[in-house]
Amino acid sequence: MAKFEKANSVGEWLDQRLNLTTFNKVMMTEYWIPKDINFLWAMGVLLATTFGILIISGIFLMMYYKPDINLAFDSVNYTIMQEVAFGWLFRHIHGVAASVIFLIIYIHMFTGIYYGSYKQGREMIWISGMLLFMTFSAAGFSGYMLPWGQMSYWAAMVITNLFGGVPVIGPELVVWIRGDFNVADATLTRFFMLHVFLLPITIMGIIGLHFYTLRIPHVNNQTSDEFDFDTEAEKYLAGNKKESKVIPFWPVFISKDLAVLGVFLIFYFYLVFFHYNFAMDPVNFDPANNMVTPAHIYPEWYFLWSYEVLRGFFFDIAGFKAFDIGLIAFAFANAIFLVLPWLDRDPKILPAHKRPMFFVWFWILMVDLIVLTVYGKLPPTGTNAWVGFFAAVAFILLFLILPIVTKIDAKKRGSL
Amino acid sequence: MSKETNRRDFIGYSFAAVAAVGGAASLVGMKQAWDPLPSVLAGGFTTIDLAPVKAGEPETFVWRGKPIFILKKTAEMESSSRDLVIGADRFTVAIGLCTHLGCIPAWKKDKWKCACHGGEFNPSAKQVFGPPPRPLDLPPFSLKGTVITLGEDGPEHQAIAAAMKA
Repeated sequence: MAKFEKANSVGEWLDQRLNLTTFNKVMMTEYWIPKDINFLWAMGVLLATTFGILIISGIFLMMYYKPDINLAFDSVNYTIMQEVAFGWLFRHIHGVAASVIFLIIYIHMFTGIYYGSYKQGREMIWISGMLLFMTFSAAGFSGYMLPWGQMSYWAAMVITNLFGGVPVIGPELVVWIRGDFNVADATLTRFFMLHVFLLPITIMGIIGLHFYTLRIPHVNNQTSDEFDFDTEAEKYLAGNKKESKVIPFWPVFISKDLAVLGVFLIFYFYLVFFHYNFAMDPVNFDPANNMVTPAHIYPEWYFLWSYEVLRGFFFDIAGFKAFDIGLIAFAFANAIFLVLPWLDRDPKILPAHKRPMFFVWFWILMVDLIVLTVYGKLPPTGTNAWVGFFAAVAFILLFLILPIVTKIDAKKRGSL
Repeated sequence: MSKETNRRDFIGYSFAAVAAVGGAASLVGMKQAWDPLPSVLAGGFTTIDLAPVKAGEPETFVWRGKPIFILKKTAEMESSSRDLVIGADRFTVAIGLCTHLGCIPAWKKDKWKCACHGGEFNPSAKQVFGPPPRPLDLPPFSLKGTVITLGEDGPEHQAIAAAMKA
């Protein structure tokens, strides 16, 4: 048994048992962040906050939601929307947050790509982040199913059918995932479980991992300047704050983060109160009907780019079925970001504007993703189908040429 | 290696064996908990009389929660190995879910068009445009006179299924 002295205060009593002073230092007041960063470095705190908003609003929705195909639609559209005090508000908060969190995730991701914050020691930050993107996507999809409207039903139909493309066991796998030959009650109840329990708890775990992966390689900065964090921290602690290249996470870095968070929350609640409709598809206010497919179906905006890669391949090529090519392209689009740190063959970390070829590559990728997103929502006929095809091919080519592009930059600079 | 280490190794391997058996058994149980329930598997035979179906106007019926297309072909429509021939009439019987990703194609003039990803199927249910990898699926059925029972595997179904494979 360790020896304990008599404590003189509650704080001291806790400190003896939990060592909170040291914990606070390690996690907050002596967790060092580079000075040379801009507002794009605040996205992590925005995401953590939005996730918190989703959890709280979700708890209130869950108290009235009924996961049963006969009750689900009315429990959302009558009970929650009309009877529960502020039920409509919790639903709009939840739906808009689910949409906006993807906007921030994309900004967070592309900031990382632009500044090269995914390589040379930061690979695990990138990979855990992509795992979060995947689990958030699964949470978004499973949540979209719950109101059991027409879009809920047919999105579930299309997405579960994707697993039919798995070799050999495909058709059986689809039935197994659904628990029925069709999307049915068993499907709704199991996706409810995933949405309210398994996925949130997995996300919380990966968020913990994501924070932890930052500890050793540290946060990147605007000029990708490499320096010794311990030396800079000593300067700061010695009172030489001006010369030090770092600031403590708490209370210095967080104060700027909270300012950005304030601006974001004003924007977010403006959407919640005045423009929630973009997250509430009108087609989903028709109850699910397994005998009628809506005239035109499309996923939420944040899935459109990968959806367009999936359907961009609408004709057979060299004996390969259009269905299989589309599915392989879709799998490629969703997995390729994971291996980005190894596709980038430039040994130096630099922001994109210091890497001429990569800079062009980055902005072509942005334009291509926007084209895919826009055409993902349009009906896949005539010219649209061809634009989709070329944009999908361009997306794949961009990642195939990335090793060459980054090598050329490195050679010109003389780093290779 | 000392005696203690050998013992500890033995205890370790024993636990690994117990954990592996238990883990594998739980996985089997969890997998089966997600299988379709017996009530779902037992659900559904659907009986349809084909006599009143009008030529060139496909009708939709429900079997196991899925739409079933029945089209009586007009004289102009081409014959196919999957035609269900009853007397002088030729029928197309198909599960009305696009073989791409499962949307319900709609009949537009002389073919089924899928709104989701643009797939098209001709009156013989064969894919003629877009991403569908195969014709509309054939449901199992049996035939008595002009009445078919979906869910039963009759000789007419087997003949058409074999013709489709060839």
